[in-house]
Amino acid sequence: MSATATPLRTRRRPPREAAGSPLLLGHGRLPRVLAGTALVVLAFVWLVPFLWAVITSVQSEEDINTTGLWPFKGAFTLDAYQQILERGNVSVWAFNSFLIAGLVTLITVVVSTLAAYGFSRGTFRGRRWLLAVTVAAIMVPPQLLVVPLFEQMLLFNLVDTYAAVILPQVVAPMMVFILKRFFDAVPKELEEAARIDGASEFRVFTSIVLPLSRPIVAAVSIFVFIGAWNNFMWPFIVTNDPDLMTLPVGLATVKDAYGIEYAQSMASALLAALPLIVVFLFFQRRIVNSVATTGLGGS
Amino acid sequence: MTTTAPLGAEEQTDAPAVPAGGRRTARRRIPTGNGLVFVLPFLLVFALFMVWPIVQGLWMSFTDSSLALRDTHFVGLDNYTEAFGDPDVWSSLGNTVFFTLISSVPLVLVALAMALLVHSGLAGQWVWRLSFFAPYLLPVTVVTLIWTWLYQPELGMANQLLDTLGMAPVGWLSDESVAMWSVAALTVWWTVGFNFLLYLAALQSLPTTFDEAAALDGAGAWRRLWSITLPQLRRTTGLVAMLQILASLKVFDQIYILTKGGPNGSTRPVLEYVYDVGFTGYRLGYASAVSYLFFALVVLVSLVQFRLFRRED
Repeated sequence: MSATATPLRTRRRPPREAAGSPLLLGHGRLPRVLAGTALVVLAFVWLVPFLWAVITSVQSEEDINTTGLWPFKGAFTLDAYQQILERGNVSVWAFNSFLIAGLVTLITVVVSTLAAYGFSRGTFRGRRWLLAVTVAAIMVPPQLLVVPLFEQMLLFNLVDTYAAVILPQVVAPMMVFILKRFFDAVPKELEEAARIDGASEFRVFTSIVLPLSRPIVAAVSIFVFIGAWNNFMWPFIVTNDPDLMTLPVGLATVKDAYGIEYAQSMASALLAALPLIVVFLFFQRRIVNSVATTGLGGS
Repeated sequence: MTTTAPLGAEEQTDAPAVPAGGRRTARRRIPTGNGLVFVLPFLLVFALFMVWPIVQGLWMSFTDSSLALRDTHFVGLDNYTEAFGDPDVWSSLGNTVFFTLISSVPLVLVALAMALLVHSGLAGQWVWRLSFFAPYLLPVTVVTLIWTWLYQPELGMANQLLDTLGMAPVGWLSDESVAMWSVAALTVWWTVGFNFLLYLAALQSLPTTFDEAAALDGAGAWRRLWSITLPQLRRTTGLVAMLQILASLKVFDQIYILTKGGPNGSTRPVLEYVYDVGFTGYRLGYASAVSYLFFALVVLVSLVQFRLFRRED
């Protein structure tokens, strides 16, 4: 996590994927075969839960209720999906999840990039002190805040509103820190030129610094979105109205209601899993690189 | 951290052009020149949703605050002394530490193995990356739905597999001595992808010169792995282990949904105890005290790790 992980490094094109490092295995045949086998086995183990869930979801409840390791026990059917979608809850929750995760991401990214820029270029009094407090806040486990935050929402009369779910999630000291480190490494000569030409400070930020920071802003957005989409404890505590629940919370409330209806339970799980898997397929390269970009992967 | 670009430059070029009066004057009072205005929105939400609850929670931990009763009394250190003598605090803390041990080790080692294998350049990179990282993208409820089914006693895959191998079925979530291991297995499957990406990114940014030199000298693949690549990854391993231990200590979601802390409290982590006491038992004051003790532990662990990490350099 030191200065060696200069964010600018990532602007270099990543090495061709397939090239990897042939050195690591040498030219012998045996290591190649062993590594390949290990990789296939490991990937298979990691995919099996998905496969098992998919196969379960496309059968009837009666067929699943027979023993045997071979997962196909009867005829193919999409009944489970149909029943889930007819019940309607899942689509409401998916909508809520998109809305909430989207707004959390938007607000967090705007607030955090502005703050990071202010911390990076600002000269105001108490800057160092405020920055130190922000960095220290990274250590605070969010669960510590749950009880008093709930009290606060009672006080503001916000329990069971979108605002209550969204607002406490937009405080992201970690993201401010990551962005600030990136802005620190952006050369200042361009900004100086713009300032001399009379551009306002806000103008300098939006038309010079931000365009240079697109990869890091994308990386931060992706991680904030994944975090907000998957967040469980806070939305779970602050929403009781099923119409306001996000997917993870809604599914948790019906988990017991499904009882032994495993086809439906798997179908709903897969429907809830789908959006982010699709996002990953589209942005795979970006997500993998963003781990390096945020400096977390710097060695 | 020593960036002090002269933002004041704007002040000078801008100032004469602005007529005094109206809204402009009001805005003028906020010193845009020194950059404070950029930080203000963040400071607002930070103060409201971070500082306030931290202070409020600390205050509550010295009171008998309750969800059921509206008037609260200051009780001094009573909650803290009670927590130290509460066997449920100690047992749930023990569960948290046990979970952290049995989940962190595989979460680091398996991630390292995955990254090394993927980095070795075998074809089909995106397939491997997708299979290892995809579970990390799942919401906790989806993970627990799938694994509840895998662990299902009669029809689940785990016991069907044992049955096929001619072994007796296991009570994955109902046997006190097994349940925490089952939770750990689920957690490794779910979150190893993030550590895997950290390692992969580190591997891709390693200089290859040492490796090349050793290969020219005729060092085999194993030898180079042990003597060159792994030592080069030491810093990354420190970072991954540090992040992982802190993440594991905070375990709550998957256990709460999967076992509700059972059977017989054998998987209940300390954060679930906080939740149980606060929201089910309505004792917010006591719950706050326990969560602050837990926070103290997290800070302590972070400081120790930080010291170790520093010394490594």
